Amino acid sequence: MDIKKLERVDETVWRIPPKGKMRAPVLIFADEELIREMDDKVAEQASNVTTLPGIVGACYVMPDAHWGYGFPIGGVAAFDAEEGGVISAGGVGFDISCGVRTLRTGLTREEVEEAAEPLANALYASVPVGLGSRSKISLSDKEMEAMLEGGAEWAVAQGYGKKTDLERIEEHGRRRGAMPSEVSAYARERQRREMGTLGSGNHYLEVQVVDEIYDPKAAESFGLKQGEVVITIHCGSRGLGHQIGTEYLKKMQQAAKEHGIELPDRELACAPLKSKVGQSYLGAMRAAINCALANRQIITHWVRQVFAELFPKAELDLIYDVSHNTCKEETHVIEGKKRRLFVHRKGATRAFGPGHPEIPQAFRSIGQPVIIGGSMGTASYILVGTEQSEALSLSSACHGAGRAMSRNQALKAWTGQEIVEQLRRRGVIVRSPSLRGVAEEAPQAYKNVDKVVRAADQAKIAKLVARLRPILCIKG
Amino acid sequence: MARARWDHFEHMADVGVRGYGATPEEAFAQAALALTAVITSVDEVAPRERLEIELENSGDLELLLVDFLNAVIYEMAVRGMLFGKVEVHLAKDHLKASLWGERVDRAKHRPAVEVKGATYTQLKVAQEGELWVAQCVVDV
Repeated sequence: MDIKKLERVDETVWRIPPKGKMRAPVLIFADEELIREMDDKVAEQASNVTTLPGIVGACYVMPDAHWGYGFPIGGVAAFDAEEGGVISAGGVGFDISCGVRTLRTGLTREEVEEAAEPLANALYASVPVGLGSRSKISLSDKEMEAMLEGGAEWAVAQGYGKKTDLERIEEHGRRRGAMPSEVSAYARERQRREMGTLGSGNHYLEVQVVDEIYDPKAAESFGLKQGEVVITIHCGSRGLGHQIGTEYLKKMQQAAKEHGIELPDRELACAPLKSKVGQSYLGAMRAAINCALANRQIITHWVRQVFAELFPKAELDLIYDVSHNTCKEETHVIEGKKRRLFVHRKGATRAFGPGHPEIPQAFRSIGQPVIIGGSMGTASYILVGTEQSEALSLSSACHGAGRAMSRNQALKAWTGQEIVEQLRRRGVIVRSPSLRGVAEEAPQAYKNVDKVVRAADQAKIAKLVARLRPILCIKG
Repeated sequence: MARARWDHFEHMADVGVRGYGATPEEAFAQAALALTAVITSVDEVAPRERLEIELENSGDLELLLVDFLNAVIYEMAVRGMLFGKVEVHLAKDHLKASLWGERVDRAKHRPAVEVKGATYTQLKVAQEGELWVAQCVVDV
């Protein structure tokens, strides 16, 4: 990104002042190196977002931002329904409520490594991954309805996991206000055989070791111990979310036109929150959030079954589950006044600071865990929301690494077999149905996640707690 | 003589699919093959089953391309199929397509990735010289 186009606020905050049709500024959180590496398209897309009606504050851009569809990935924007504010399907993304959850095992690295190969095989056999895999579950119309209403709460009632898991999920595992009636027959059909599937692309199931602790107090309250093994699951709302995203991207083109909203980019298609299409999308999107939460809950259950078989003493407790493709109704303090806002986080994680009532009692005084997924074979991180994140970024932080290289470039640069062997030498076992998929998702094709989290920490939008290194990766 | 073919174009996070042909129909059909190629080698997909798609044509060829690719993505998803041969027929108010393919065989096709949806990013349907080009980025 051309640094000359930005005003430097401080070491890690950059501003694009409102000009032309912009109704608010853009604020980018990144160090100078990340800013220089960032695509110019990010600035253009974030500026476009600020032209939408009812935007409040700014368009906030996270350190891992890259070029997305209309909204930059790593973009946050809040809208006030009372001021003509809009909701945008592109501002949420195709994979609605894509997110990450981390479970602790209480096992040491040595204990797990002794049985790493059988564990990899058992996990790979238990969790359907990649295209062409089918779930053991097929939902009836009635079950589909209940799942879309109930989310992880529904999954737990069906026997997938424990009641105590729910308090460790955003919105206690169930997004209220979901309207299954707004979810099309197509979206349901696409989901019918996909419950509990991981998907493909950058989605994964990893067994990781806590290899560094930066904040002992926060780590302790999250149950993270150096040298212990955790499990991280990264996936979303599967075919249902993809179909809803597809349908509303189209419907919102029309809606924007009808409401006289000028779109600088077709992908920014949106509808006023108070319009029929806006409300319909909100209801469908919330149902998709529930689908994603139920999906991760079911996978969690299957992972627990595998561990119960191989490591009978292990207790797999959920640390937290965060979504990074959402639009949520939240209360924020803007210029001293409390306001109800609809916050889009596209490739960004909610990061509530200490004391927020949404945070589970066990670590409310510490702050909300923010889970940052790495790419296959690199580190993942756990951060925590800060006192400052509310004022800085409407309590939002980054979500992952972001690609540095296209899939085609990756395919030309190395083979899947080379990557599997490289990772094995580094102590990471990979299981995937496709070597081409492994080549496309190689760690080298991603940005350096270490730099991203350091910038987030330096900018104080979230604080580093622990680093997780993978020892086993199941990839779609 | 214009020759029908397809390719991929670069997009950082995802993939661009592009079809070329002597007519918009050919370009659309080739773009659908480019979509298959995101997942697996087109040559590996045997034309065992045939499927028909019919869509409304509002007159905007670009929006129609996105609708068409999304319809193909939908059929892939719910039927668990891949398509290796595609024919498109365009009329004033509708599009009809025939797709030939087979069920995903994980051992044979080794699917690299699943496509979530076609987007409006870098969307273009246009005649360039003698060739029609139909392209957009697909989210994977």
